[in-house]
Amino acid sequence: MKELSLNILDIAKNSVKAGATEITVALTETGDALDIEIADNGCGMKPDFLAAVTDPFTTTRTTRSVGLGIPFFKMESEMTGGTFRIESTHEEDDPVSHGTVIGATFMKGHIDFIPLGDVISTVTVLIQGDDQIRWVFRHRVGEKEVFLDTDELKAVLGDVPLSEPEVVAWIGDYLKEQYEDAGLPVPASGV
Amino acid sequence: MKSLAELQAIREKMQNKVVLREGSGNLRVVVGMATCGIAAGARPVLNTFVEEVANSGLADKVTVTQTGCIGICQFEPVVEVYEAGKEKVTYVKMTAEKAKEVVEKHLKGGQVIEEYAIKNI
Repeated sequence: MKELSLNILDIAKNSVKAGATEITVALTETGDALDIEIADNGCGMKPDFLAAVTDPFTTTRTTRSVGLGIPFFKMESEMTGGTFRIESTHEEDDPVSHGTVIGATFMKGHIDFIPLGDVISTVTVLIQGDDQIRWVFRHRVGEKEVFLDTDELKAVLGDVPLSEPEVVAWIGDYLKEQYEDAGLPVPASGV
Repeated sequence: MKSLAELQAIREKMQNKVVLREGSGNLRVVVGMATCGIAAGARPVLNTFVEEVANSGLADKVTVTQTGCIGICQFEPVVEVYEAGKEKVTYVKMTAEKAKEVVEKHLKGGQVIEEYAIKNI
């Protein structure tokens, strides 16, 4: 992937496929480290499946629906000297509290660090694609924060869908202005 | 600063339109957004379709949706156009620029861009 924001899009799509009703994308920057975490309340994975998803070579055909997305994300963090983590509880093992949390830390100063890129675009594409899901996006840089919760927007929008092009455009501008107001660089695509 | 009041204004403006629109759209644009599509550049393609459809006033006629892997990863980004009563058109190796052209010529003008399309997929 050319941007980490594309990995976020890719991994979050797995959460959508897992039937999640709530998905949180959290970016936390502390010093030289960028931590990316995608958490969902979807169906989750069984322990044996979970053990296999990070290795593209042991992935069997039945697990192929997960594809290369997770191995890419893991590799991209580890090649900067960062770490990858994944936790998952299958709905059959815990019918109340299930889902998956995938996270990775990236060292920004490392030569192999892939830039975050246009994370705003990732968020708008995710919302446009699945507007019934509650999306929560948080980007913290030190003390500064950009935040979006689609439940807050839905409360205002009523029966007008979040995926309306005009609403999607508004969400993009809303996030952009939050970055500007917080004094943070506005995420943009390098490609 | 964007405020939620502004979103409220969008709501009021859209409410009537949305009710009218339901069931009236006859063109569907589907963008493949699996790992293969995303890595090949599907995100700007999708964004361009969403923006251009809205800007061209085609929102009543065209819906833009996303799907997973279509199965022809080597041709990604792949975009399918479905129209009632017509054969599906599959556009391959799409870019934001090509997407703009498809909106203008195909979605607006009704002219399939054969050069960007592949047959029988």
